[in-house]
Amino acid sequence: MEKKKPKSVFIQGAISSEFIGTSIAKHQTKTSIGAHNIFLGQVRADEIEGKTVTAIDYSAYEEMANQKFYEIREATFEKFDLTCMHIYHSLGTVKAGEICLFVFVSSPRRKIVFEALEYIVEAIKADVPVFGKEIFEDQTHQWKQNSI
Amino acid sequence: MQLNIKYFGMLAEVTAITEEYIQTEVCSVSELVEKLKNQYPKLGDKDFKVAINHHLVDQNHIINTEVEVALLPPFAGG
Repeated sequence: MEKKKPKSVFIQGAISSEFIGTSIAKHQTKTSIGAHNIFLGQVRADEIEGKTVTAIDYSAYEEMANQKFYEIREATFEKFDLTCMHIYHSLGTVKAGEICLFVFVSSPRRKIVFEALEYIVEAIKADVPVFGKEIFEDQTHQWKQNSI
Repeated sequence: MQLNIKYFGMLAEVTAITEEYIQTEVCSVSELVEKLKNQYPKLGDKDFKVAINHHLVDQNHIINTEVEVALLPPFAGG
């Protein structure tokens, strides 16, 4: 028998533009919202010592990461008057040019969503145990590290 | 007591395992880390944080009960 799982932030592979579009459309019934703000993290084809990144393979300490996402969510709602927020992060392989992070916040008014979105994205980068293996075209790799 | 040690990212690569169970006496995080570095010399030059039961702890934290210990390399989310 299937048990209902707690909502996970993680999505296997890239986050499609269809998924993002559908997510926006779902908010049309929430008519107290006057402003949405969206952050999309995209895998960059960095050139490192003459080799180009073709994809990032994401992994995570999932139990701790989900706990951290929950804490970020609670802290954000505490701090900002948001109507709703959604966070999705990829696991597994995401090619250069594809989307690996989707953060979506909504509020009656615009100023709050600008501030809230930055707060959330910075907290994700600093606090959530997600690891990224940058794969080069020759299949060698190096481990990514977030800059401050 | 028994500890469940988990390795992630580049640390799992250098230890060649993702988790293991080890027997140890009561110890500090830094003592445990020294022990693991002796076992896996390639951990020695890596930068990592330690989490116990999903919470980051500092080097002086005392481990006196059976817990899950995770070695976490630099984060790269987003």
